[in-house]
Amino acid sequence: MLNELGHYALVLALALALVQSTVPLAGARMRDARIMRIADPVAGMVFLLVGLSFAALMVAYVRSDFSLLNVFQNSHSAKPMIFKISGVWGNHEGSMLLWVLILALFSALVAAFGGALPRSLKATVLSVQAWVLVAFLVFILATSNPFVRLSPAPLEGQDLNPILQDIGLAIHPPLLYVGYVGFSIAFSFAVAALIEGRIDAAWARWVRPWTLLAWLFLTLGIAMGSYWAYYELGWGGWWFWDPVENASFMPWLAGTALLHSAIVMEKRDALKIWTILLAILTFSLSLLGTFLVRSGVLTSVHAFATDPTRGVFILGILIVFIGGSFALYAWRAQMLRPGGLFAPISREGALVLNNLFLTAACATVLVGTLYPLVLEALTGEKISVGAPFFNLTFGPLMIPLLMAVPFGPMLAWKRGDLFAVAQRLWVALVAALVTVAVVAWLAGNTHLLAALGIGLAVWLMAGALTEPLVRAKVGREAFGTSVRRLVGLPRSAFGTMLGHFALGMTLFGIVASSAFESERIVVMTPGETIEIAGSRLTFEGMVAEIGPNYRQEVGVFRSVRGGRAAEMRPAKRIYTARQMPTTEAAIRTHGLSQLYLSLGDAKEGGAIVVRAYDKPFVLLIWLGAVVMALGGLVSLSDRRLRVGAPRPAAKRASGARTA
Amino acid sequence: MTRKQRRLTFIGVIGAVLACAVGLVFAAMGDKVAFFKTPSELATMTPDPGKRIRLGGLVEDGSLDRGTDTTVRFRVTDLNDAVTVSYTGILPDLFREGQGVVAEGILQPDGTFRADSVLARHDESYMPKEVADALKEQNHYFESETLTQ
Repeated sequence: MLNELGHYALVLALALALVQSTVPLAGARMRDARIMRIADPVAGMVFLLVGLSFAALMVAYVRSDFSLLNVFQNSHSAKPMIFKISGVWGNHEGSMLLWVLILALFSALVAAFGGALPRSLKATVLSVQAWVLVAFLVFILATSNPFVRLSPAPLEGQDLNPILQDIGLAIHPPLLYVGYVGFSIAFSFAVAALIEGRIDAAWARWVRPWTLLAWLFLTLGIAMGSYWAYYELGWGGWWFWDPVENASFMPWLAGTALLHSAIVMEKRDALKIWTILLAILTFSLSLLGTFLVRSGVLTSVHAFATDPTRGVFILGILIVFIGGSFALYAWRAQMLRPGGLFAPISREGALVLNNLFLTAACATVLVGTLYPLVLEALTGEKISVGAPFFNLTFGPLMIPLLMAVPFGPMLAWKRGDLFAVAQRLWVALVAALVTVAVVAWLAGNTHLLAALGIGLAVWLMAGALTEPLVRAKVGREAFGTSVRRLVGLPRSAFGTMLGHFALGMTLFGIVASSAFESERIVVMTPGETIEIAGSRLTFEGMVAEIGPNYRQEVGVFRSVRGGRAAEMRPAKRIYTARQMPTTEAAIRTHGLSQLYLSLGDAKEGGAIVVRAYDKPFVLLIWLGAVVMALGGLVSLSDRRLRVGAPRPAAKRASGARTA
Repeated sequence: MTRKQRRLTFIGVIGAVLACAVGLVFAAMGDKVAFFKTPSELATMTPDPGKRIRLGGLVEDGSLDRGTDTTVRFRVTDLNDAVTVSYTGILPDLFREGQGVVAEGILQPDGTFRADSVLARHDESYMPKEVADALKEQNHYFESETLTQ
């Protein structure tokens, strides 16, 4: 009964989404406020209905209702409750439903909190948002219905893919989707601006918080996915340049560029046409990512099912939305009045440089991701583009950008003085150079590149800290005065500082953990001890255990480091329902570094292959992402964005400088 | 700076960065991508130590030699030809004889294949796409057997 209700709610949501996609738009054209106002309650209703449908599916999972094909294929009655719930989005149908739920949530949020928006812009935005909703609701109902019934209902389910039975999976997709789908708002605003033929600094001020929100969730989602792959797949790697990872990374790169270009538009009324294009591009890349992951053109842990009709359907959605929005852009973009002028050396210039490098880097990732698909389609030749390609293309494009980051926020608008900024950054520069020297001296000449990389990370971190200090005139005025100035800085200044500082943290983690990693692959017999990077590791033997829906062979190890002992328990598991083995790594964290242990094959005489890594500062990679998202949150709490409707007088009074 | 000079500066910088990006992509396309080969194709190739290859096929039944140290040996077959692969490290969880596998590495002068990474399936209903396609071409592949969910 509840299942039918969920199904019905989804159909009803589609009907209402059709209303939302047309009526408010017509109202905006006719300038009839009553018709436009329909958008708000309808958007709310669509969200409630999709939410009801999602809740119905969740109840089916919690109750292990195997009369639903979807539940039968992806759940098991013995599965722990948390994975019954997360299993809702651990499969194609459920994850698409989550996608649409978040899409509907965002349009409901605009309806609820967009009170300061001009009436017709809001109506148009909600209509555009509903076009995407309609497309994906039809997709779900026509090709990926999670409410398909089975008769007779089986007694037991087939269980969820074991590597997805992890707390990481409970968190990673929702975060990622909020990011991915959140960019739809920027897209809807861009398309609405093109339809209205009007765009100004206020537009950027409305779009920026939504973009920031989506961006910070995407940042967390990518980091979470990376950490999950790191501990769950048992290879100790945290980024594989897998097409599916790239699919989430490309919108992040474009979204980061969008965040920065929207600042120029908001503050200086410039780069309007480019910002609109970026907003369209960012969401197009999100759609492309959805296509790559969901269509089955790629095989990966994310491609749950390979059904060609779905691929063709999403490709259709992709072509209509990307093609349509670009056509609209080509047709209407000239109507937008170009904005103010600025010198190449200026805050605007620095932000243009940021955009240039980010989009170029994004383009190389796009080429690397799509080239194998295109080549295979054209010539039948199969190639694989992996880390070596991206290290050679993406890496060199990032280095000049990272070197320039500390300069950006310190340059003045319109016309900046590079020399004066360099003078203020001398402390950061000295810190970076000293770091390079120290690391090179400690690690030897073979690690010169690593030393430079860590120096660059320190440059980023020190440079980020310099900016608010310089603005508060610390050391130039009385201490009390500068502290008061520092506290009085707008929150967005601290957001910038945190974001750029975090970039340094992540870079530090990446360079240190890959250059100074120790790896040992050895065969160990019980009682044997090995040394790895200052840790003593003793293999005590294997123990058999039985879990709720698996059995496992646990290797019991004692690791001693700096006089402190701890037990580490890497395991090989067999999930009974699917008879599928997985490797569970054991991780011991010391400071920001980690000792990583995973098991290989058993040999004769109780011996086993052990792979041990010591990864110095590896935690900084993900901590950096968390701090980056925190920076986004701090920036989001800036009074300027909370207050919403910008009035010229208020703008002048706050006098906020932002980057 | 006049308006024209400013515009030229921007266009110059944008052009330079894009040229760098395109140059890098072409340089990397040349030698940083790995080509997918089947054992039959590999048999006709001359070893080139600079060329990365993805070798795909089935793990031949009874060919897995786990040895006593951390290096394992097995044969990858497309049912026409087979090649010996050596790999140091831990094999993926789903590595099994008779199942699909993709090994990435370099063809050695002695005709064996030295792999630095081995990929097996992600779950029991998945066969590496490249392997499935290659086997399909040689009519050794039955759709119903593996690709059903």
